[in-house]
Amino acid sequence: MQDSSTTTPETLVTADGVPLKQKLIQSTRRARLRALLLTLPLVIFIIVSFMIPIGQMLLRSVHNDTASSVLPNFAIAIQDWDEQGLPPEETIKLFVLDMQEARKKREIGRTVGNLATRINYEIPGSRSLFTSSSRKLARVTEGPYTEALLDINKKWDDPVLWRSLKRATNDLTPYFYLAALDMKYDGEGNIAEADELYQIYVSNFWKTLRLSATITFICLVLAFPVSYLLSTLPLKTSNLLMILVLLPFWTSLLVRTTAWIAILQTEGIINDILVFIGLVGEDGRVQMIYNQTGTIIAMVHILLPFMILPLFSVMKTIPPSYMRAASSMGAKTFTAFRRVYFPLTLPGIAAGTLLVFILAIGYYITPALVGGEDGLLISNLIAYHIQKSLNWSLGAALGTLLLAIVLILYWLYNKIVGIEKLSFG
Amino acid sequence: MTKLQTGYIIFAVLTALVLLLTGSIAVTIGFVFLFGTPLFFMKPLPAYSTYLNYFNKYIFLLICTFIFVFLITPILIIMPLSFNAEPYFTFTEGMLSFDPAAYSFRWYQDIFFNGMIDPAATGAAWWSDMWNNAQWVRSTRNSFFIAICSTLLATGLGTLAALGLSRAEMPYRAAITSLLISPMIVPLVITATGMFFFYSDVGLAKTYLGVILAHTTLGIPFVIITVTATLSGFDRSLIRAAENLGADGWTTFRKVIMPLILPGMISGALFAFITSFDEVVAVLFIADVEQRTIPRQMFSGIREQISPTILAVATVMVILSIILLGVLELLRRRTERLRGLTPA
Repeated sequence: MQDSSTTTPETLVTADGVPLKQKLIQSTRRARLRALLLTLPLVIFIIVSFMIPIGQMLLRSVHNDTASSVLPNFAIAIQDWDEQGLPPEETIKLFVLDMQEARKKREIGRTVGNLATRINYEIPGSRSLFTSSSRKLARVTEGPYTEALLDINKKWDDPVLWRSLKRATNDLTPYFYLAALDMKYDGEGNIAEADELYQIYVSNFWKTLRLSATITFICLVLAFPVSYLLSTLPLKTSNLLMILVLLPFWTSLLVRTTAWIAILQTEGIINDILVFIGLVGEDGRVQMIYNQTGTIIAMVHILLPFMILPLFSVMKTIPPSYMRAASSMGAKTFTAFRRVYFPLTLPGIAAGTLLVFILAIGYYITPALVGGEDGLLISNLIAYHIQKSLNWSLGAALGTLLLAIVLILYWLYNKIVGIEKLSFG
Repeated sequence: MTKLQTGYIIFAVLTALVLLLTGSIAVTIGFVFLFGTPLFFMKPLPAYSTYLNYFNKYIFLLICTFIFVFLITPILIIMPLSFNAEPYFTFTEGMLSFDPAAYSFRWYQDIFFNGMIDPAATGAAWWSDMWNNAQWVRSTRNSFFIAICSTLLATGLGTLAALGLSRAEMPYRAAITSLLISPMIVPLVITATGMFFFYSDVGLAKTYLGVILAHTTLGIPFVIITVTATLSGFDRSLIRAAENLGADGWTTFRKVIMPLILPGMISGALFAFITSFDEVVAVLFIADVEQRTIPRQMFSGIREQISPTILAVATVMVILSIILLGVLELLRRRTERLRGLTPA
């Protein structure tokens, strides 16, 4: 401060002669950089271990190069075909040669079988045409190739098949999103509704949303009185009762699911009690598990703490004197609750509802174990396509749609509640 | 007679009625437990309260009792069931009449015997057989190894990032926080699918490192949330005081920041640990038989050959979570005490 007399009054400078303003900017920038550097290792880690894998999965839903890698030369030639009648002899020759090459090389992921599977998604039942023709094509050594192909199987005469091949050799395809939305290409290459038998995905999305909404609503109804009780009790008692909420929260998901199987199954505890007190007969045991009921009960139990904790933390901040003030002004208990208490709990309700809904919509383990056939959610279908049917692109497309729904909800959560409000216990 | 005392009398009459009508001690005990607990917690209401007020309050407490019972029963019920002498998932006649012969430790023994080549061997041979071949022992070792490694990674990286995020001058804080929290929000199936493809491409699938990295990713949001919460109550002038007294950055962290945020770090680490310890979707997608963890083993146990061994394992896991919860509670109290000391 003793230097202040030596500087001009217009521009304040630091001891080393730099204007104060500039120095401040410099040091703020350095502080910002230092803060950023601290988070950098984790940001890089998350990008590599989490964002890139998910990005790659998104790519897989629109990018499928099975057909073009099995039939590389044909893939280029077919693009000039005008989709009328059959492709020209020259193109079909390339098709035959590519098929023979693929049969000889048998590279993993690039076999005729892979191609057959890929086309079979679009034209169900075409798989055997490819595999059987491939065997017979091995003997074809000279042209005309179109005739040779038609001799092997009359079905090759169908332009629909060639149009589908042309589409499939395009690496970038919206086909899997169409399939995920219960749509398909018809014979002319227009977008149409899928056959009724194959319309399972949209209805499954609706079912997932409906079940998640049901679970969220039940959680809210159950969490509200409990959170209210916990927030009004003296700290010592409420801490004690909080253990009853936190213990399930900390107990393994699989342990809780196992417990519900033991309780709900037809030979389980609830049915035993019902038979014991005579509500149902020995042969009238209720099926409460391996269906939607099982999924709902087990998931409500698992997600309930996620509703209670945010509700409780909001209710704790509402002074009890507000309700007393309302009643002293003549409000009935219900009116006071509706007009004063309930609006104050809305932030907690928003936080809990969104969190539970987000978690419920992507649930996999519990529906897989106690859901049976009709309690399965969209996650289970995704896992089925990734692990069993190996239609990875369709699994990825379904996953992307689910991710989009979740991200919208996450954005809402951030907007309404704020992610920094999230806490446990 | 106060209104509350009237309630006690009504309850006593009802209990007697239940006993007379059903003639069953068990039902009466159940009735007393369910309907008596809320009465036990009833406090005298203000003098102007009517019977209706008392009744409403009682109904409210009754509903709460039911919800608490719903929350805790599944966890408590597996404990006695795991001592079943029969291979059933339900209470046998003998268990209900407290016949000692109906209870046994056989499922706890089975945790060790399942998968062993020669359970009848003795001495060192038995121990090495158990350690190397018993399926549950193997998956327990895997679970602990994977959980500890991913906890250390997640806590280290997460604490560092939380230190940055809690600085006032942190740019893009909201965006970076939501990025770092997102592994908790994105459905596990999607994360696991993405990792399955990516890790297969780079050769990390079916390795311990792959599972550890996946679990680290899933545990990080919990570390970020807990440590940031602890840091929000942290008095930043302490850092300036330390620097003023000549401490460099590392010394300040080690001597001032670290001891104060340690409870938050430990509870974050516990969350990361339990996340990894309880995780099964990523394991299902990424891991091979060799990396089987306890939840993975339980998952196939429930699907394939459901035996009370799972209940025995579940009981052990519940005890583990009780211990973890206890540690967490102690830490919370410590933090509150420390907060009480630091000026606001």
